[in-house]
Amino acid sequence: MKSISEKLEQELNSPRIRRQRRLRAGRDKGVRWLVGAGGLGVILAITLIFFYLFHEVLPLFQPATTRHGPVLQLDLPDQEAPLLLLTEEQEQMAGLLMPSGQLHFVDLASGQLQQSLQLDLQGARISSISPPHADSRLLLLGLDTGQLLVTRVEFTLAFSQEGQPRGIQPSLSFPLGQQPISINHQGQAIRLLHHQQQEQEITLAAVSGTQLTLLRYNNTRSLFPGAGTQTSQRLELELDEPPDYLLTTPGHRLVYLARQDGTLTLLQDQQGQQHQLLPNGGQITGLTLQLGSQSLLVSDSHGHVSQWFMVRDEQENRQLTHIRTLQLGQQPVTHLLPEARRKGLVAADATGQLGVFSTTAENRVISGPLLPEQPQLMALSPRGSLLLTLDQHQHLHQLHLHNPHPEASFKALWGKVWYEGYPEPEWVWQSSSASNAFEPKFSLTPLAFGTLKAAFYAMLLSIPLALCGAIYTAFFMAPSLRRKIKPVIELMEALPTVVLGFFAGLFLAPFLEQYLPGILALLLMLPPGMLLFGYLWSRLPETLRHALPDGWHAILLIPVILLISWVSLSLSQPLELLLFSGDMQHWLTNEMGIPYDQRNALVVGFAMGFAVIPTIYSIAEDALFGVPRSLSHGSLALGATPWQTLTRVILPTASPGIFSAIMIGLGRAVGETMIVLMATGNTPVMSANIFEGMRTLAANIAVEMGESAVGSTHYRILFLAALVLFVFTFVFNTLAEVVRQRLRQKYSRL
Amino acid sequence: MYNSLQQWFRTGQPWIWLNAGAVTISLLLVIGLMGILLVRGLGHFWPAPLQLVTYTDPQGEELQLLGIRVERQQVTADQIRNAGLPVPPGVDLLQRQLIKVGNRDLYGLDFRWVLEYQLSNLHHPRHAVVIQRSEWGNFHGFIRGIQEGGLLIAEQQPDENRLWDEVQLRLQRVQLLQRKMRQLEQRDISAINHQLERLRLAERRMALRGQTDATRLAALQLERRNLQAEYQRLEQQLLAIHQPLARDSLLVQTADGQQLLLPFRNLVSIHQPNNLSLLQKIRLYLLNLWAFVSEGPREANTEGGIFPALFGTVMMVLIMSVMVAPMGVVAAIYLHEYARQNWLTRSIRIAVNNLAGVPSIVYGVFGLGFFVYFVGGGLDRIFFPEALPAPTFGTPGLLWASLTLALLTLPVVIVATEEGLSRIPRSVREGSLALGATQAETLWRVVLPMASPAMMTGVILAVARAAGEVAPLMLVGVVKLAPSLPVDLNAPYVHLERKFMHLGFHIYDVGFQSPNIEAARPLVYATALLLVLVILVLNLTAIALRNHLREKYRALDM
Repeated sequence: MKSISEKLEQELNSPRIRRQRRLRAGRDKGVRWLVGAGGLGVILAITLIFFYLFHEVLPLFQPATTRHGPVLQLDLPDQEAPLLLLTEEQEQMAGLLMPSGQLHFVDLASGQLQQSLQLDLQGARISSISPPHADSRLLLLGLDTGQLLVTRVEFTLAFSQEGQPRGIQPSLSFPLGQQPISINHQGQAIRLLHHQQQEQEITLAAVSGTQLTLLRYNNTRSLFPGAGTQTSQRLELELDEPPDYLLTTPGHRLVYLARQDGTLTLLQDQQGQQHQLLPNGGQITGLTLQLGSQSLLVSDSHGHVSQWFMVRDEQENRQLTHIRTLQLGQQPVTHLLPEARRKGLVAADATGQLGVFSTTAENRVISGPLLPEQPQLMALSPRGSLLLTLDQHQHLHQLHLHNPHPEASFKALWGKVWYEGYPEPEWVWQSSSASNAFEPKFSLTPLAFGTLKAAFYAMLLSIPLALCGAIYTAFFMAPSLRRKIKPVIELMEALPTVVLGFFAGLFLAPFLEQYLPGILALLLMLPPGMLLFGYLWSRLPETLRHALPDGWHAILLIPVILLISWVSLSLSQPLELLLFSGDMQHWLTNEMGIPYDQRNALVVGFAMGFAVIPTIYSIAEDALFGVPRSLSHGSLALGATPWQTLTRVILPTASPGIFSAIMIGLGRAVGETMIVLMATGNTPVMSANIFEGMRTLAANIAVEMGESAVGSTHYRILFLAALVLFVFTFVFNTLAEVVRQRLRQKYSRL
Repeated sequence: MYNSLQQWFRTGQPWIWLNAGAVTISLLLVIGLMGILLVRGLGHFWPAPLQLVTYTDPQGEELQLLGIRVERQQVTADQIRNAGLPVPPGVDLLQRQLIKVGNRDLYGLDFRWVLEYQLSNLHHPRHAVVIQRSEWGNFHGFIRGIQEGGLLIAEQQPDENRLWDEVQLRLQRVQLLQRKMRQLEQRDISAINHQLERLRLAERRMALRGQTDATRLAALQLERRNLQAEYQRLEQQLLAIHQPLARDSLLVQTADGQQLLLPFRNLVSIHQPNNLSLLQKIRLYLLNLWAFVSEGPREANTEGGIFPALFGTVMMVLIMSVMVAPMGVVAAIYLHEYARQNWLTRSIRIAVNNLAGVPSIVYGVFGLGFFVYFVGGGLDRIFFPEALPAPTFGTPGLLWASLTLALLTLPVVIVATEEGLSRIPRSVREGSLALGATQAETLWRVVLPMASPAMMTGVILAVARAAGEVAPLMLVGVVKLAPSLPVDLNAPYVHLERKFMHLGFHIYDVGFQSPNIEAARPLVYATALLLVLVILVLNLTAIALRNHLREKYRALDM
């Protein structure tokens, strides 16, 4: 005996077995480690979704930042102070216009004077300037001889032979010729000057003495250089009083003449209109047009910047209207610069207070004493990310602005905003257009409204059908039938939504349009029809009734429902003739004033309701079926009817389960994309009308994600929409899941 | 027996009837939807008879229409009047028909709504032909003659059928030539283009790394010259086919007498639907069905088949399941077998469950931002700098679509596998451990084999869900028309970076973005039917597997 156990012990502890045992233990540990790492990795990957979405959205709500660049001591050969500061696209060079007509170009990294170019003023002095726009780069100089010089200041990026950038090369060209153009024939100095360029047309306005000159040059460029033609139109008007500010829009559609006290004369087709820009007193300190030339920006001595544009009133007249006021500080605003590519502006006062604003979002993105005191000249680069300031000691200050998403503010995303050209503040989603000067409209409200509208109509159909169906299947239906019917309805859940959407858009929408009266009749006739059949059934002799086992009502109703459907659909056209003067859509639109779209909320309600039914049905049925039999048996034994048992015992017990079924169904309806995309017109309108379409958050992402530029405000707002959907459905589902788990525990206790 | 209605209401019976009605309506909706899909999807391939009618337009002019009746419906006279069309007085209801008249190149539109009272003299000419063409849709009319090399060599009257066999022969000849041409173009020439592009990238890579290895450069140059010579040779071969291909033309005549010359190279097939026996019709039907699933689309996807979409769907789903299966199973095993069961695992489980309810478009947005732009852009910068600025992986493609859908269906696999694991009785595990097996061995030898049907169920359900998802794919890799399949004969054979076509997106695109919706409609129904069938079969398999599994463990428990 001993020898055997010894032998066994020896055997088990032999080096070979030990080695194997160690190997096995090691392997076990390895697997544990691997599975742990893999499992946690997968779970982390899932949470990554949330954090990544959040990470993409975050920059929208991060404040803009600024960074001071080096201060450059300019060492210019001239003694006089410069008149104008210029910047360029690459933000590597600044230009300075001197009263003598010299243009000095300074490298912004080193402060070195790189180049000087001389404009031939023919002995005259500069009396007014119209500075260049970001893209046309036209610089207009008014001279004290009543003449005008038009030059284009271009900055070209030079490349070396190997393709390496070599620096910026400034150059001058003269699109209207090198000779100054005579504006005032009496030789009075040009006091005010403003110009616009749109495609090939240069529009300019000048005031000299009391004379207002409006000029338009049209360059039709041809394929062959030098073969283009040039036409010009000229108009002269005599003014009563010389204004202090002058602005024109392209083609002279509007010309603004303002005086310092706030009186504005608006010339529209040579008709004057008087306005008071400063009803609260004070003085105008600056007047400029925003990108797109639709909005007038007025800065005043109280530290305000106000925005005005033309708005159509009830009589269809266009009136210059005050839209909003932005506050810089208490000091008079001394500098006002519009951004070149966005609806934004930069304002500064003499104390060095800077404000960067977005007019659409009505928010101050950057503010603070970031500038030197008494700024003399200021220029904003075309990209809007570099602000140059020249102070009185000829120091050039550089301020880098990192301001990627000025359009995003809580108010711009959810509140009513008064957009350019709109008669009143509205919720609008219109993210892009062909024009550069377009004001993006990023209100998520119409999309959220559309989402809820679609979900509402879907739930309107699916809740009664799914819940009633679940109640019947769980409590009344014969078990043998239940085993067949339940999987069929649950299988509906597997139907791809793209098929449902296509079906809704291509079959249901035209079908509903054609048989609308019949469908409405069907909805009205189904419940009473079924009740009638039930009543008649109950009046049948018992032998006949008992031939069919209990719980087969649903099968009996198939022919009844088919019959009712057939009758109401074939009644469709007679009804239409009888009640709706032969054409229901026409009647709805013309008599009731209800617009009718073919792809409308009713279609979405049907299709998405259909998609949601199996979800709600399955969960609710599980909850109802799970109610312990002892409860219902007890109730029935006490003499309650089946219906009483259901309403008084089963439904209250299972109500949390039903609640969670509805929550999960709602979550699905809110996030559904394809059905809504295909079954509605996808117009972001805010109307509760069941016969109109909508655009939902999810469909909007599907439509616009492909066309948005990576990292742009639009892109991030679409991510925000996705995040909103994610959080919304996640919260709803978690709520439902927690409720369901509680319920399961309750059942197991009972 | 209840004596009065009031009494009947008191019993609660009416409400039970209404509840029963809800079940019936849901059931009928499912059956109705499937029925419509079946009828419309399968009906399209049946060779429908061509009818010749005389149509009198409101101005009294007569027109012969040769076409296929697609739809017939009843409308009120006011609807027609409101649409701006004249209606005879005293009529309230009218019947109208949608007729597919074909000949889009002549009539502008190939579908036409006509009111039935305007039609007369209906008959079915025996020798009327339907010609499928590679452009301008179908032609409806009669064969008048055959032209060879610009000369009319045979002629017949519209009611004759002498040339039918000759036409078939010549069509076969052209199709043979076309097959040869396709082979040249799609296999040989595309391979050379692929090689040339590879050379270009190799050169650029050398330039980027600052390598100036003269011998290597010379070798590349030589290879390029060889390829270009080969290319020239193939192009000559291709040109040599062009002429015989263009030799024959078919002279045809429409119902209203316009004559037209159709080059044989533009013909896809030609039939006389009114001259077919039932057996021939069935044969043609099956052929049409086969062509639908095996051929590529034509004419902006409104004609032809859906093979690339089917292939793309299968490819995507395969790659996805290869990725999702291990991830899901490992996560489930971790949650169920290794992690300590506490509030954390419980909340992880709830979270995983809920991810299944997160809208699929959200996954699409994530996939686009994270996989495509972040990961893909990074890969491009590290591994494919020579191809930049043209992105390789930094653009939507098959890999990213599969990965996104793998993430989307991960919860399905995790939940199903966990359910399978929890169904395995404790006693089985304990038995294994008691015999001295380590936990890993128990897992590998006992638990996993028993749970494998559950994992299969999970993967099948995931595949079924993925096959039907479209919204995320629109962002991460699906296109309406992919120039090439993601698998071809050029190394590395499977091109994960390529964009692909997908059945679901095909439905959306053809049904809603297509210029000729009427022509495309039957194809959309057929595509939808195919997609639904695939998904239903997958789901039924999963359900059957699950039931089988339950039975098995019920036996074990006892």
